[in-house]
Amino acid sequence: MKTKILVLSLIIATGLIGTYIGKKYSEPKVIQMISKGKSPSSSNTETAVIDSNAGSEHSKPAGTATNAIVVVNEGESIQEAVKTASPGTTIQIMPGTYNETVYIDKDSIHLIGVFDQGKRARLDGEGKLNDAILYSGNNIAVENLFITGYKGNGIMGQAGNNFEIRNNIIKDTGVYGIFPQLGKNGIVEHNVVSGIEDAAIYIGMSDNVHVSHNDVFDSVAGIEIENSRHAIVENNFVQNNTGGILAFITPGLPIKTTYDVIIRNNFIANNNHPNFGAPGSTVAGIPAGTGILVMAADQVVIEDNIIKNNKNTGILIVDHANAANITDDPDSEPNPDEVSILNNTMLNNGYEPIVEIKGLMALELKTGQPDIVHVSQGSGSCILNRSQYVTVGLGDFSDCEFTHTNNIDSYLLNTPVKPRKIEASERGMIAYLGVCTGCHSFNGRLIGPSIQQIQALYFDNPEGLVEYIANPIKKRPDYPEMPSQRYLGDETMMAVAKYVLQVENVSPSAPASH
Amino acid sequence: MRSLCLHTFLSLALFSVSLSSIGTQSSAEQAFPLNYELSKQCPPGFSLENDNECRLRSLYQLYSSTQGQGVGGTKTSLPQYRDGFSPQQIDLGRFLFFDSILSGDQTISCATCHDPRKSFTDGLARSIGADGQHGVRSAPTLWNSAFLTHLNWDASANSFEQQVQTPLFSRLEMNNTPENLITSLKNIPIYRVLFKQAFADGITLKNIYSSLAAFQASLISLNSRYDEYAHGNHSALNAEEIAGFNIFRSFVARCSECHTPPLFTNNQIAVIGVPQPENRPFDVGAELTFASRKLRGGFKVPTLRNISNTAPYMHQGNFSSLRDATEFYNKGRGHAAPKNNPLYLHWHINEPDLTSNEIDLLVTFMKTLEDEKFMPMIPKLLPSGLVPPN
Repeated sequence: MKTKILVLSLIIATGLIGTYIGKKYSEPKVIQMISKGKSPSSSNTETAVIDSNAGSEHSKPAGTATNAIVVVNEGESIQEAVKTASPGTTIQIMPGTYNETVYIDKDSIHLIGVFDQGKRARLDGEGKLNDAILYSGNNIAVENLFITGYKGNGIMGQAGNNFEIRNNIIKDTGVYGIFPQLGKNGIVEHNVVSGIEDAAIYIGMSDNVHVSHNDVFDSVAGIEIENSRHAIVENNFVQNNTGGILAFITPGLPIKTTYDVIIRNNFIANNNHPNFGAPGSTVAGIPAGTGILVMAADQVVIEDNIIKNNKNTGILIVDHANAANITDDPDSEPNPDEVSILNNTMLNNGYEPIVEIKGLMALELKTGQPDIVHVSQGSGSCILNRSQYVTVGLGDFSDCEFTHTNNIDSYLLNTPVKPRKIEASERGMIAYLGVCTGCHSFNGRLIGPSIQQIQALYFDNPEGLVEYIANPIKKRPDYPEMPSQRYLGDETMMAVAKYVLQVENVSPSAPASH
Repeated sequence: MRSLCLHTFLSLALFSVSLSSIGTQSSAEQAFPLNYELSKQCPPGFSLENDNECRLRSLYQLYSSTQGQGVGGTKTSLPQYRDGFSPQQIDLGRFLFFDSILSGDQTISCATCHDPRKSFTDGLARSIGADGQHGVRSAPTLWNSAFLTHLNWDASANSFEQQVQTPLFSRLEMNNTPENLITSLKNIPIYRVLFKQAFADGITLKNIYSSLAAFQASLISLNSRYDEYAHGNHSALNAEEIAGFNIFRSFVARCSECHTPPLFTNNQIAVIGVPQPENRPFDVGAELTFASRKLRGGFKVPTLRNISNTAPYMHQGNFSSLRDATEFYNKGRGHAAPKNNPLYLHWHINEPDLTSNEIDLLVTFMKTLEDEKFMPMIPKLLPSGLVPPN
C-alpha cells in the first residue's frame, strides 16, 4: 500500500487532476484526426478546472509527430513509408485495404488512419500474415485502423515507451488484439476488439498504463493486466468473453510482479463464452463465466463496476496453486495480497459455478449464487460493505479503510519517458570500448589499423574522423573495408571520435602474446 | 613420487608442445616465461577503472528497460551482470581455462568442452569427460554467461563460483578433487607467482573459482549484425534477415517471448518437451533442482547468440541442425513429449503452423547473431607446461 499512497500523494501534490477531454492540439490540419481537436467550451466550473490542466501530457504520451506528414494511399505500402520516415513523422493511411505486416524500429512514428465517408484503412492478414503492427520504438501512436485476419497479434509493442493505441477496430485476429509488452507510459483507449483466442487487450510486463473506453467481446479474455504495475482499467465494456478482466502474475516471466492496479467503472456482463483458448495457454484454464479474475496480483482495487450475468462468479481471486495451467516459478510470489473490493454493482452472477467453487461453498455452508470467491493464503485484503454480496472464502478480508480512488486520475506520467541521458564523454567511451575495440587495438593490428595510427591521421580533426566512420571507404588494400557506424547517431559519433583521438593505452591493447 | 610423476609428465608435455608447434606461426620452443606478468589491461569491451576493476562497456548501456530487467525490444538495456574483476584475475582465468592441470588426470581443460573455435562448445550431443565417459548433457556456450542468473542446463547453480565446481569435481567431467586441485597448482612455481599477482592470498580454491569466473565474465558478444540493426543501422540486415526477425518476434512463432533481446534469453526455465535421444533415460532437468513436478523436463532458456556455431542443439544435442531445432517448435505442442507421464509444457509451445520458407527465414535471422570480435587469445604456452588446445 505504501507505494500507492506515495504515488497518490504525488499526484495530488502536483495537481494533475486532468481528464481526457478538453485538450487542445495544434496539429497540421491536413485531415482532422479523430483523437485530436477541441471539445465544446464550457463555463462550467468543473470544466474550467479541467481546462486549466490542458497542458498536461496525460492523454498523449506519444507526444506529437509534426516534423513531416506522409500520406499512404491504397495500393501503396505502409511499411515503405515507415522505412523512409524519420522520427517525428505522422503517416496518414487513407481508406483501402493493405495486406502487410508493418514493423517500426524507430522512435516517434504515428500511424494514423484517415476516414473518408466513414471508411477506414483496413489491414487484412488474409489468414496468412503473422502480426499487423509490431513496434519497438518509443513514442508510437496507432489510430483509426481496422485490423483483421492476422495469425498473431493485431498491434504488438516490444519495449516501446510512451505509446498510444486508440480507436482501432480489431476483429478475428489471432492471439492478442492489442498487446503492448515491456513498455512504460501508454494508453489504450476507444478500441473495439473481438474474436480473439487469448486476450483482446493484453498489457504485459509494463508500467503506467491506462486502458479505458474499450469495447472487448467474443474473446477468451477481455482485458488482461499481467506482470505490470500502476495500471488503470476503467470505463470499458467487457461482454461475452470467457473471462472479463484479469489481473495476473504469470509465473515464468522475467518480470515477476503485478501491483497497483485499479479496475473501476467497467461494465462486465455475460462473460460466459465457451473457452476457445489454445490448449495449454494460460487463459485456457479460465472457467467460463468469470467476470474479474485476480491471480496472485497485489494491490488490486475493484471499484464501481457493474458486474452481471457472469455464470461462474463475479470476482474470483486465486493463487497460483489453485489456478489451472500455471507453471511453477520459485521467484514468483504466488498469493494475491492487499486486494481491495470497494462498492460494485453485482447482479445475477454465479448461477452456474464450477465444481470447485461449489465445494468451497459447501465447506462454508453457503447457499445462493457466489458473487466473490477467494482461494489463497494471501493477506491484507479488504472489502467494503460486504453484505452486498454473496462471498466465499473472504473470512480474512478486513473492512476497507478507503471507499474510492477518485483522487487518482491516471498513472500515466506527466512527461513522457525520456531517453536515458548519458554525458558525451561517457558516450564516447562506451562506444569506443563497446564497439571499436572489437576491431582496433591501441598499438597493434587487429582487424583494422591501430588507434595510434588513427590518432596520427586525425589528431586535431574529430570532424574528419566522424565523416570517415559515417562513410568509410576502403583505404588500405590489406585491410577489410570498415562498415559504416552512422547508426550510432551524430552525437555518439562525435563523442567517440573525440574519445578515440585522446585515448591513451589504458584499455585494451593487442592481446597478450602468451 | 608425486613430484617425480609430475616432472616426467611435464617434460613429455613440453616435448609435445614443441612438436605440435612445428609448422605453426608460434615459436613455442621455450617454456612458459618465469617472469611473465599477468595483463594489466582489461579485455576488449571493458574499461579499466581506478580500483583496478574491469567494467563492461556496451552501447546497450545507452538505453533503459522495464523494471531494469534487460528484456525487450531493440533498444533495451542489459540485465544485471558480473564484472569488476581485475585484469590480472581475468588473464589468470584465461590460463586456467585452457590448462588441463585442472582435471584429475590432467587431460581435460575447461576448453575441452568449451572450445573457443566452436563458440565455447564442443560440437557433441553429450560432452566427453574423464576416461572418455559421456556426460549427461551438452556443453552450453559461454558467450554472455556474465548475464545469466541460472547456470547449468537445470539451473542448479546461481553463480560462476558455484557452477564451476560441478565440472571440476564431477566424476563424469574433470574428475578432480579440491585437495588434488590445490596441490597440483601449488606444485607449479609459476602458478604460485601468477596467483600472487592476481590475489593477495595466492592459490586457494576460492581464488581458482574467482579467476575462472573472471575469464568467463569477459566473454561478451554484443556486436553482431543484429546489434547494429538494433542500434539503428537498418541496412545492417538484408530483406530476408529482417523478414526472419519479424517472424522471430511475431506472436505466431513467439521465439522472442523467451529468447528475448538483447541477450536472446529471458533467463527463465521452460518445459518444451523435446524428443529424448534414443536409449537415454528421460532427463527431468529442473524438476530435481527445484523439487517441483511442474518443472519436470524444464531447462534454462539458452541464449541464441552465436547459435549457428553451436550444433547440436538442446540439452542433449537432440537436434543436429539449427533448422531441425527450429522446426521442432512447428511440429505441434507436446508431439515428442512422453505420453505416460505428461509434462507441464510452456504456454508458448503451440502450433504456429509456419511455412517451410518461414522456418528458413528464422534460421537466416539467427545467423545474424554471430559475433566473436572479442574472442580472447588462446595461450600458446601454459604455466603447467601441459599442452594447450591446438
